[in-house]
Amino acid sequence: MSALSPLSAAARSEANEPSSPVLRFGPDQPLRMDSGAMIEHLQIAYQTYGTLNAAKSNAILACHALTADQHLANTHPVTGKPGWWDVMVGPGKPIDTDRFFVICANVVGACMGTTGPASLNPATGRPYALDLPVVTIRDMVRAQAMLIDHLGIDQLLCVIGGSMGGMQVLQWAASYPERVFAAMPIATGARHSAQNIAFDEVGRQSVMADPDWRGGDYLAQGVNPAKGLAVARMAAHITYLSEAALHRKFGRNLQDREAMTFSFDADFQVESYLRYQGVNFVERFDANSYLYLTRAMNYFDLAADYGGALSGAFKGTKTRFCVVSFTSDWLFPTSDSRAIVHALNAAAASVSFVEIESDKGHDAFLLDEPELFATARGFINAAAKTRGIA
Amino acid sequence: MSVEAASGATARIDLLLIASMVEPNTRVLDVGCGEGLLLELLRDTKNCDARGVELSRDNVSRAVARGLAVIQGDADADLVDYPDDGFDYVILSQTIQATRNPRQVLEHMLRVGRRAIVSFPNFGHWRIRSHLMFKGRMPMTENLPDSWYDTPNIHFCTIRDFVALCDEIGAVMESAVALNAGGYAAPKAPWWFWNLFGEQAVFVLRRK
Repeated sequence: MSALSPLSAAARSEANEPSSPVLRFGPDQPLRMDSGAMIEHLQIAYQTYGTLNAAKSNAILACHALTADQHLANTHPVTGKPGWWDVMVGPGKPIDTDRFFVICANVVGACMGTTGPASLNPATGRPYALDLPVVTIRDMVRAQAMLIDHLGIDQLLCVIGGSMGGMQVLQWAASYPERVFAAMPIATGARHSAQNIAFDEVGRQSVMADPDWRGGDYLAQGVNPAKGLAVARMAAHITYLSEAALHRKFGRNLQDREAMTFSFDADFQVESYLRYQGVNFVERFDANSYLYLTRAMNYFDLAADYGGALSGAFKGTKTRFCVVSFTSDWLFPTSDSRAIVHALNAAAASVSFVEIESDKGHDAFLLDEPELFATARGFINAAAKTRGIA
Repeated sequence: MSVEAASGATARIDLLLIASMVEPNTRVLDVGCGEGLLLELLRDTKNCDARGVELSRDNVSRAVARGLAVIQGDADADLVDYPDDGFDYVILSQTIQATRNPRQVLEHMLRVGRRAIVSFPNFGHWRIRSHLMFKGRMPMTENLPDSWYDTPNIHFCTIRDFVALCDEIGAVMESAVALNAGGYAAPKAPWWFWNLFGEQAVFVLRRK
């Protein structure tokens, strides 16, 4: 892996001075975190699409997954690629920005303008690095609630998201039931499995084993643990796909050659694909953020906050839920979604559940899945109708 | 809006009949709800909080896309997850013959709901009896179009059989209606008459 460039200058500057709107809080409004620590200078970077109606009743909050950001449906300022949910959100799309006001915020701990380990710590003038308190999913949601308050929105029409975003959806519904009219957690779970924690630990150890990690202080020392982070990304990327999808895309095909080289070059297409994924990732993503965000997912166990019974998280809820899983997702298998549905049933909540047939693995929620689009469109439109939104 | 006025011409007559048996503003669970025709009818004409369970992924998608609360699942496996007295009515429409364990399903329905409404094709109907008697083969009718070897229906019963099962599990029959070929409720008549001339039956049950 020779072509690894460090975190790009553009990505570095986005961490502190994002090109999207940004909300800054002072010590009078600190973020009180699950760990007991506080962030006294919280910064939240976000994007909005569409127009908030006069009643402020048409707002939809989309929550992003581990390595995404607030650039949901606009060209990404660092990569130049379309937003991560461009297929789902836009005029006339399933989440129709002609009708709805869509908000997406970069989560706490990330690296695109919301306070994270790559942000400058006002107390030291250096990046927080590992001085940032450990972040939880609930901390992310608390910060998002501060943004929603700032926008003057009492109740969100819908909170929607996949994977880590789905965890935030569940946490929103549990923490602020009266503020969530409808909730759509996709390809997610109410807790991270031991297997998922294990995969994440491989990624973190890979980052920390890179000599350029420097105890987390790499930004101040002008280096970047790009090799470690690229390997972490490669391992994680495999878990987002499925054997069927990998086989369909690559099989055992060779890359730009007729025969095997009897070396450790990227002979197979799948190898060079993964290397490409790793290389691109390190240019836009901060290594310490990867540590913080995977940790947040690992710590997530919604039932544990309610005496071990997940239904306790949803007791008396009036939120309408739509839970979605994919047949080939082995990171968050359908059984995880069923556990959520069972708990919602036990809490007598209004819940729909669809398992969508797809061979695209966990990543299916980001891809062109007509059945997901139809389900989301139908669910959101029904919520809007009930809420009296034209 | 009356139930009849709200339904399209395609609404099944047994669904209209079931809808007419449900009190307005109640909580209803429709097990085996298909695309959600009955749920829609109950929501729109009776203001019910109507939920569904459906086996077919395609049907669930279509129901959710129409704004209905439907869970992909199966009557045999999933009713156990529902809490006691969660609903006013639990409905099983044209589905009991496709369950693996009809008795257990019926018992769960009576646990989860204050009332259970069950509709099913009557295997005791004279046309089915004569088909078996004169042709000597498993009957195929408009309502039961599948061959014996690929039918989802594995537990057919007659009206008499169903009444016996209700007795066995201690369910109280609040009302029972048979539908003849024309789709109308048969006049007041003894069991043997219903069992012979009812093509379908609809029962409203409750716990003792």
